[in-house]
Amino acid sequence: MDYRIFDHTADLGVEVTGASLEELYAGAALTLFDLLTDLSSVRAGGVREIVVSGEDPADLLVNFLREILYAWNGDGFLLKSCLVREVSPMRLKALLRGETYDPARHRIKQEIKAVTYHQAAVEKTAAGWRARVVFDV
Amino acid sequence: MSDQHLRKIDEWRWEIPPTGRMRVPGLLYTSEKLLRRMGADEGPRQVANVAHLPGIVTASLAMPDMHWGYGFPIGGVAAFDLDEGIVSPGGVGYDINCGCRLMTTRLRLQDVRERIPALVTALFQNVPSGVGSRGPLKLSPKEERQVLIEGASWAVRHGYGTEADLEATEDGGAMAGADPEKVSDRALLRGKEQLGTLGSGNHFLEIEVVEELFDETAAAAFGLAPGQICVLIHSGSRGLGYQVCDDYLAQMVKHVGEIGIALPDRQLACARLNSDRGRDYLAAMACAANYAWTNRQLLMHRTRETFEKTLGMGPRELGMRLLYDVCHNIAKIETLPVEGKEVRLCVHRKGATRAFPPGHPDVPAAYRKAGQPVLIPGDMGTGSYVLAGTQRAFTETFGSACHGAGRVMSRTQATKSCRGRSIPREMAERGVIVMASGRGTLQEEIPEAYKNLDDVVEVVHRAGLSRKVAKLRTLGCIKG
Repeated sequence: MDYRIFDHTADLGVEVTGASLEELYAGAALTLFDLLTDLSSVRAGGVREIVVSGEDPADLLVNFLREILYAWNGDGFLLKSCLVREVSPMRLKALLRGETYDPARHRIKQEIKAVTYHQAAVEKTAAGWRARVVFDV
Repeated sequence: MSDQHLRKIDEWRWEIPPTGRMRVPGLLYTSEKLLRRMGADEGPRQVANVAHLPGIVTASLAMPDMHWGYGFPIGGVAAFDLDEGIVSPGGVGYDINCGCRLMTTRLRLQDVRERIPALVTALFQNVPSGVGSRGPLKLSPKEERQVLIEGASWAVRHGYGTEADLEATEDGGAMAGADPEKVSDRALLRGKEQLGTLGSGNHFLEIEVVEELFDETAAAAFGLAPGQICVLIHSGSRGLGYQVCDDYLAQMVKHVGEIGIALPDRQLACARLNSDRGRDYLAAMACAANYAWTNRQLLMHRTRETFEKTLGMGPRELGMRLLYDVCHNIAKIETLPVEGKEVRLCVHRKGATRAFPPGHPDVPAAYRKAGQPVLIPGDMGTGSYVLAGTQRAFTETFGSACHGAGRVMSRTQATKSCRGRSIPREMAERGVIVMASGRGTLQEEIPEAYKNLDDVVEVVHRAGLSRKVAKLRTLGCIKG
């Protein structure tokens, strides 16, 4: 997971990089949970498989992050690791490992309300791939 | 400053002339001082982006608290023709019907000065706040649907308030057209356990004192007097609203491509107001709005109980009365004047407050001479303003004014500037007692992260969008 936070007046923008598209999407998923909680306190218990689609790589990124953010907001699932098994410009299949939130062991750093489409981007760079996304916090 | 070209019209207004595919100009209500502080903020570009949307009427507006949002700017107002125009979930925001509720009491500062710490502590214990907090009610799926249809009157019907509370709530606390069938199971699930919770981030509950009156007649109509203790609640529709926005936004991102609407930013995704998709969103949005009004009603009830118990007073002695409740993230179908004619429009207020004029039938009878109360909270611990809506706002800004101070610093900048500081101690030195669930929240919400509230309100007042009635100072604050 390789990311930096960029400044956005109201919200939280992140730029994620990865050597491959698989690494990029997996890195973006972990970034989201690194902002939410202390990843080292989360255990890789249960496994979930998810499949998401999108209009293009940026839309796919937003939809993927929306889906795993709901896993937290709706089901109390905290992510520990993410393996992207297949990715095309419009479809992605990933294995998520993590566990259910336990207030005794997990600290939630901040609320993330939503993953926005605002300036969402996935780009090829000389070193691999780069993605940008803004979270509503 | 953003790369957008701004043309000064007068002391309080700047125009963004239409270029490219902008259908109307942008119009910013601000001042030289506020513009200078805006720095590289992308708000003006977002004002221009909104002007691209089909069916937009007159201009894409920005209030003086404007700052960079996602899609629409925060502090943005835009109205759309019902036949040609669109509704945009991003133009309402994730926190549908985020808003403010101000309650007055019979208490005077000199009577309770020593009890403020005890009140803040008791409120912090009794009002669920913070990330993932759960509400006091266990709603069955059937009851939750009733909440979405009935809004605040559901709470009153179950003993959490009075009929008078509903009269002092925008739309009577219930927006028409709510259809729970249009709300996803995910949104219902998220809403079930959060009713009656404050939330986190910039949401808060404050004890304030009336410090200054600007308009004694309007203040008397609103029931405000110097030295009076008041309570201000800022909260919204919690996870239910976020999920409604998220669900419909994703659908509309797909949909705009299909119907051939070209957008400068995907977050502006929208649907025609006269389409099924547009109508479905409005029906789901109304559910979230009603949830938010119920939520603030329950928070107010809990506050009343906490004051009564902590101070050992009965309801009459305390006299906690709802002055008004306004939303500042919403899309509403309203009748407004455009070029001298009354027209029905869909007004998006994204971080903007309705500010209806004296005499308008939607203003509660007791306030009709003064104009609708406009509640403008400031940054943490500063206080807030009460203003009254004007005819000028009605004709110029689709009956809208600003909603707060508006951020100037990102949350990360704010947190960085807090290294080595104790925010609760700094606030205590200013005479404000603050309690928060998360330490991070306090740092992100430090006063210098926001524009000066006095500057913002001055623009609204001088531009004639609302009249200053009273200024309140914060004594104690609880945050999520």
